[in-house]
Amino acid sequence: MSQRINLQGNHACALGAIRAGCRFFAGYPITPSSEVAESMARELPKVGGTFIQMEDEIASMAAVIGASMGGMKSMTATSGPGFSLKQENLGYACGAEIPCVIVNVMRGGPSTGMPTRPSQGDIMQARWGTHGDHPIIVLAPASAAEAFSETSRAVELSEQLRVPVVVLLDEAIGHLVETVDLDAIPETPEVWRKWAEGPKQDYEPYAVTDDMVPPMSRPGDGYRTHTTGLTHAPNGFPTQNPAIAEAALTRTTTKLDLHRERYESWRVRQCDDADLLIVAIGISARAAQAAVDDLRADGVKAGLFRPVTLWPFPEEALREVVASSGAKTVLVPEMNQGQLVLEVERVLKGSAGTVGLGRIDGEAITPDQIAGKAREILG
Amino acid sequence: MKDVDVLDDFDIEDYIRQDQMPHFLCPGCGHGIALRALMWAIHDLAIPKDKLAVVSGIGCSGRLSGYVDASTFHTTHGRPLAFATGLALARPDLHVIVISGDGDCLAIGGNHMIHSCRRNLNMTCMMLNNEIYGMTGGQVSPTTSSDRFTTTTPAGNTEPVFDACALAAAAGASFVGREVTLQILALRELLRDAIANDGFSFVEVISDCTEIYGRKNDLGASPEMMMSQKSSMRPFAYRNTVDVPFRPTGLKTGVLAKTDRPEYGKAYRAMTEKLRGKKGRG
Repeated sequence: MSQRINLQGNHACALGAIRAGCRFFAGYPITPSSEVAESMARELPKVGGTFIQMEDEIASMAAVIGASMGGMKSMTATSGPGFSLKQENLGYACGAEIPCVIVNVMRGGPSTGMPTRPSQGDIMQARWGTHGDHPIIVLAPASAAEAFSETSRAVELSEQLRVPVVVLLDEAIGHLVETVDLDAIPETPEVWRKWAEGPKQDYEPYAVTDDMVPPMSRPGDGYRTHTTGLTHAPNGFPTQNPAIAEAALTRTTTKLDLHRERYESWRVRQCDDADLLIVAIGISARAAQAAVDDLRADGVKAGLFRPVTLWPFPEEALREVVASSGAKTVLVPEMNQGQLVLEVERVLKGSAGTVGLGRIDGEAITPDQIAGKAREILG
Repeated sequence: MKDVDVLDDFDIEDYIRQDQMPHFLCPGCGHGIALRALMWAIHDLAIPKDKLAVVSGIGCSGRLSGYVDASTFHTTHGRPLAFATGLALARPDLHVIVISGDGDCLAIGGNHMIHSCRRNLNMTCMMLNNEIYGMTGGQVSPTTSSDRFTTTTPAGNTEPVFDACALAAAAGASFVGREVTLQILALRELLRDAIANDGFSFVEVISDCTEIYGRKNDLGASPEMMMSQKSSMRPFAYRNTVDVPFRPTGLKTGVLAKTDRPEYGKAYRAMTEKLRGKKGRG
């Protein structure tokens, strides 16, 4: 029997996480992400999981990390102002390499901004929101089905690579209700972090391993390790030794480079012969797709490159698509004043002209707006 | 001092990471005594080290977790109770101890403190109150006594103080107590009862910061500070009522509040099991 259900993006995040084995959720109410918490409060007890509404955003991020350190796959969800508050402990998870997933449903900002209106203003914050150099993965779904599958993937990647993974939705995708065929989403084997094994005296919680992802211990397994947000040596204890500190920070910030094939994901549509390439995520990519169809109907060779893994940005893939298509211009429509366009410019280094298109009035960017800009560029 | 055996087989070295010695605490600091009392209480309760999780925040108190031979978590400033909440919910098999300080617990972590008391999840918070931010060089804290000198109250403290135990009791902690470091046997007994309590226990330890606070306020060396702390406290016989007046001096020691409230983890799991029993609903 096919499981075709009407699913909202936010609910899909919750169900996708549970399917990947997430059994702990701590959150705090905030528009427009509250449905993720509501869904978790309803569904987690049914599978023996734990939901808790904490006293604030900071505490919910902390509780998620605490549960993960206890050995449970865990997640939280928030939006703009809450995402700002979570950055403190998100940095702890980056530094101490604690797997966890953070759903951030973007709304208009800065500050309280426009809570019920869509935005893509957190693209840079998702990458650089917490202080210091740090590893992080950010996934950007563009449909309810993808909110499900990408949140599943977020849980898996955070486990495999011991890194926090942000699922970055905009309000439009978070509240978009679409028919989702759950059976069409492939069932994958449950993924867990590597657990410590072997004699206690030989175990170093932050040892340099071939894959740069050290096995993790948990309370009760006999290793009795120390976890800290201070810069730590391979034995887990704080260090201020310059050589050890540099090696430790270099490992955590470069470990993702070793595993690009595991997490990089993008979609191309009609890019082979494109003169004009559009790069977009989330609801802007949905509008861009309609714009591409519209432009193609007029004989304009347009194509869409959509990063699904937003950070680390799929830079090689974009460069290859631009080179092989011979596109002269890259248009980057986004619901902010120009964030994604900065990364596209950095990646292309002038190999194609880059043009930004922002929208910050609280309305979703439209296909007409994108197609109009494309026609304007092409003259 | 009933049923406390001073001459037992407790050896602090069994519970401390020897490779992390020497510790970084200043000479005369009371925190080491509190840590010893805590480990003694763990020993009294025969809690296996593999089932012990110690979570701390930031500050002088925050560093103590690193010295305990257990699963230890040195978290962010003010947040250890929130980290511990996730850990204790995920792992009800563990004994979770939070070590915090007056700044960590009552200032930046005040919200987590009151909500932890309200929730009554099974864990024990030992708050070391030395009336100062020691690690950052001696700034005023929510428990710095009136008129005291700190680096941010150069003309004397003009702010009123928190009575941490009154706050904990009012917020619903099911076990609340206070002790001074000079009374290590009483502190050991208090911590033992706190850890044994099935719910959220809050223990305030009156510690001393000799090097900064003592020096700045001419309070003498550690023995003088500890003696004056003891003489300013009033032992309290718990009589099944919460009677903790809000006052900055003459604080009471001993068990100050004890209530029989449902432990949160058990309550949540009971709800979960009830839901799972009802197949096909919800």
